[in-house]
This record gives sequence, structure tokens and C-alpha cells, in this order.
Amino acid sequence: MNYFLTEEQEMIRDLAKKIAVEKVAPRAAEFDEAEEFPWDLMKVLAEAGLFAVWVPEEYGGLGGGVFEQCLVVEELSRACGAVAVSYAASALGGFPILLFGTEEQKQKYMPDIASGARLAAFALTEPGAGSDASNIRTTARRDGDYYILNGTKQWITNGGEAEVYTVIATVDPSRGPRGMTAFIVEKGTPGFEFGKKEKKMGIRASATRELIFQDCRVPAENILDREGKGFIVAMRTFDRTRPGVAAQAVGIAQGALDRAAKYATERVQFGKRIAEFQAIEHMLADMATQVEAARALVYSTARMIDAGERDFAKEASMAKVFASDVAMRVTTDAVQIFGGYGYMRDYPVEKMMRDAKITQIYEGTNQIQRSIIGGAVIKEAMRRK
Amino acid sequence: MNVAVLIKQVPETTDVKINRETNTLMREGVASIINPFDMYAIEEALRIREQHGGKVTIITMGPPQAEEALRQALALGADEAVLLSDRAFAGADTLATSYTLAKAIEKLGGFDLVICGKQAMDGDTAQVGPEVAENLDIPHVTYVRKIEELSPGYVRVQRMTEEGYEVIESPLPALITVVKEINEPRMPSIKGMLKAKKAAITMWTAADLAVDEDQVGLAGSPTRVIRIFTPEQRGKGEIIQGETVQEKVRTLVAKLKETHLV
Repeated sequence: MNYFLTEEQEMIRDLAKKIAVEKVAPRAAEFDEAEEFPWDLMKVLAEAGLFAVWVPEEYGGLGGGVFEQCLVVEELSRACGAVAVSYAASALGGFPILLFGTEEQKQKYMPDIASGARLAAFALTEPGAGSDASNIRTTARRDGDYYILNGTKQWITNGGEAEVYTVIATVDPSRGPRGMTAFIVEKGTPGFEFGKKEKKMGIRASATRELIFQDCRVPAENILDREGKGFIVAMRTFDRTRPGVAAQAVGIAQGALDRAAKYATERVQFGKRIAEFQAIEHMLADMATQVEAARALVYSTARMIDAGERDFAKEASMAKVFASDVAMRVTTDAVQIFGGYGYMRDYPVEKMMRDAKITQIYEGTNQIQRSIIGGAVIKEAMRRK
Repeated sequence: MNVAVLIKQVPETTDVKINRETNTLMREGVASIINPFDMYAIEEALRIREQHGGKVTIITMGPPQAEEALRQALALGADEAVLLSDRAFAGADTLATSYTLAKAIEKLGGFDLVICGKQAMDGDTAQVGPEVAENLDIPHVTYVRKIEELSPGYVRVQRMTEEGYEVIESPLPALITVVKEINEPRMPSIKGMLKAKKAAITMWTAADLAVDEDQVGLAGSPTRVIRIFTPEQRGKGEIIQGETVQEKVRTLVAKLKETHLV
């Protein structure tokens, strides 16, 4: 499919692909096994300028948008979902600053996020607040020129590795979403510690940690927007980053399809290459069609966002839910085509199946996405009455 | 420290096809890349500039499309690029190529160090580097795996050999050819690629270089290719088994007699 990329977009995609093929893919299994954060690859991505693609030029970026970010995430994901999410999570942490930060905040944090000198992270989830995001218990109490944060955040991607955190706390739990407030918290702030690193099913090289705040004093100037706007900050951010998760899913699915198709042309059973059996051929056909449909939806959504459309929550959720369900099916079928070999860690597809699963869960479970989409559809229908 | 890097654009394959009639490389339908060994030369030059300052100039001789290879080198961070392109240069062997490259280096002037990859992936001769040095009348060291020290007018390098390495000192200017053990080439950056796209590239013809026309291109190439083939692999060695030294020696002597070696 020709998506008519600009010359610069092609350049970004080709460079991401080159890095994915030459630097990431050969070590994906090693990183997965060791569950070690791929710092040296983050450095390669930083030097290549890939952290800058979505950041405006006035903050040291390349002036692209969500689409450029998606192109990079997709190419990295073809090689390794864990490297891709570590890259993408920095944008998840940085977008709230770009969207809601003051000029001073943007000048202070965005150039380092764009250069990759500092990784960012986003912290909303808590033990009792997953899909029910407004049920957070981390509190922020005003004390003069400071807010005092107390509480624990859970499953924070890039936790411990990132330097800059966008943290959602509540100034008043009784106010629900209207009490939620976003803060920029820097690693090293007294009272801000890291808890255990999670052992995961997939994306194992990525870092997922607890953040623990104990009387952590955060300067009041680090507030994003104002008190009570945290829920809006989080939701507006997700609208822009869900296409990135969708791109991750497309990349993982494409990577699995590439390998399954190649394997099917090499593996001989009953004296024939298994690709010659219609059972396999049709599986490959369905996989390829689904991946292309997912890609088309992701690209369209990303371009719609970059073009400045105001309301795209529904489309962002559609891209995320569709692409991640495709990734799960396609990677499962890729393991099936590989047969027993596919189940073994010596071959790359079982990892892709493990990596795919999380795309149906994080940045809003697919059930939550369907609620967003369904809600929007019903609202549109009511309006037409 | 001003460094010149000589690069070659080659077909992106290790399995080059040969035209059986003309005994030349067939390039149709094969993408072109910078000779992989030259990537190490570019990287080393960039590292020297980062440590010592100065300028990195990339030079290549080839058809107009070799400009693409120069832009790739500029995207990595090289300062300037020069393309030597003229119909008169076509059909050059290593002698004519090195003469032409040396003329360009002389014209540019002021280099402390010239760096080449150890050989081109297509021709595999490893001759151009040393021949350029001879043309320039400067010392050269081949197969460099490490630059131990570099200071004005002086370089000390490790030269890789089959058994280990030699440490060689040389005055500057000098020419070195490098092996892949010397570094790990960097990736280009988006900003570098955008800059390289717009960068000006110097183009020189035979007239610009004031070359002796009998020494360039086919006219300046005494090499005649009779046949191209992949040499047969060396046979495996045989370890002679035996209970005692005496027995092993007897077996060895018998074998040597058998093959009329003694």
C-alpha cells in the first residue's frame, strides 16, 4: 500500500527501519531474556534524532507530529515491542507538557525530551485505579509554594529509568475526576522513590516500576494547567498517544507476518513447502489483510490529529482497539504457522505473541476503548434525532 | 587535524555478478551503498575531528550517481564532499584510480591524514589506498585496527596481522587503511540527513584536476582482466593421530613420501 509519505517522513521511517534491522532485531531475544532496560539502544535512537520527530522545532524538535511518531514506533516494533514502548513512553510523558505546559515549562523540559538526553514517563495507574482512573489515592496537598505528594503509582513504563515524570494526583479525593491534578516531578526529588520492578509476560526489556511518594515536595510551578485539570490532561494525552500504541500493535503484527510468511516458504512437510497448502496460504492472506487495514486506520487517525481536528477521541480508540486485536490474532496465527518451533524461544514469534497481548491492555483496556467508541456513536445518534 | 576519507560506491551484495564477456562487474538492478569497509574509515575520521577538531572531507571517484554515497557520508557528519566524475575516468583500474584520487588530494591540500577502508567489497584488491600514498609520496600503514596516538605530525597505530598486531609509528601526513575492528560506525541522524540533502558537493572533471590524460581511465589502466573466479577453499589440515611421538613421526614421513614432498 502506498500511503504517500512526504520525503521527510520516508527519511524518518527508513532510518527507524535501519536501526530496527541492524541494531534492535539481532538483540531482541537477548534483551527479552535478560529483562534489562536497553539503554544503549535508547542512546542510538537519541543520536539519530528519533525522540525529536513529534516535538515542534521551537523546542528542539523536528516539527512532525503523531504520524511521524507512529512511523518510528511501528518500525521499532517490527523488531522488538519492548524497545518500541520504551521509546514511545517518553512521548507519553512528554505530551502533557507540550499540550498543557506553560512556555517556561516547555522551554525547560521539551528540548531534553526531544534530544533524548532525558527520558520521560507518565504516571496515572494505581493498585485501585486502572480503568477507573478517577479512583486514584495519591494526594497532593498545597503547602505554600509547594505541593506535598503522598501515595503509590503502579506499573509505570520507564519508571526508574526516566528523569521527567508527569504524575497525576488528587487535591481532593471526594471530588473524583475534578480533584485530579497533573504535576511534573523530576527524578531525584526528595521523597520520590522507586518500588519493585515488575516481571512481565511480554515487553520484558522495558522497565515497569512502582513510584512511591512520601511527603515529596514538588514546587507549585510544576503544576500542569491548574488544580482539578488532571483528568483532562490525562485523557487529552491518551487521545494523542493511543495511535502510538496502535502503531506498536501494527509493527508487532507485521513483524510476525514477515517471519511467518518467510518460514512458510522454507518449511517442507509432505514433500511440499507449507506455503503451498491452502490452509496456510489463506491464513497468511487474512493476516496480511488485517495488518494493512489496521495500518490504514492508524495512519488516517494520526494524520487527522496532526491536521488539527478538534475531536478525535473516538478515532484514536478505534485505531487502538482494532490494531491491538489484530496484533493478538496475527501473532497467534504466526505461532500456529511455525507449529512446535513457534512455541520455542529459539524462534522469534512466541515473543511477539507475548508482546502483542499488552497492546490490548495498556493505555486503556480494549473494553474501555469500546466504551469510548460506543459512547461517541450513541452521542452522535442522539444529536441526529 | 584535517582528514580526507576516500570512499567507493559499491553494489549492495556480497555475491557480485560478473559479465562473462567483458569481465566487469554487473551493476544493473542492484542498489548501491558505501563500501562497508569505508564506513569504518568515515567513522574514524569523525572521531578524530571530535577529539582534535579540524575538518573531514570525503572524496570519491565514480559516475554522477556516486553523489548519493557522498550525501550519506555528509549525513553522518562529514564537512565536505568531492565527486570526481568524468567520462575520461571510466574504466580505471587501481593504478589510474589512485593517480586520479591523489591529484584531487593534492588540489585540496592541507591534509594531515588520509583514511581508506582496507579494501572494496566488490573489487577486493586493497590496492588503491597504498597506491594513493605512493602517488602522494607519503607513508602508509594498512589494516589499522587502532589509532593509539595522534598528535601534530605524528601517529602511532596498531596494524592487524594474522598472528596479532604490529605497532607502527609514522610522521604525518600519512595514509592508513582500516579494518572493521577499529570502531563501530554510527547511524546517521535525521537532522544530518536533512542537512546533507541540501549540502553543496564539489564536482571535479579531468580538466579541473589538470591530470595527464594518459594516466586516467582506461588509457591509464595497464591491468587486463583475463578471468575472474572465486579461489578454491584451502583444504583442511590433517592432525596425525598416534600413540607415541615415534609412531606419529613415522606416519608423517610416510605421508610426505606418498605425496612426493620428500
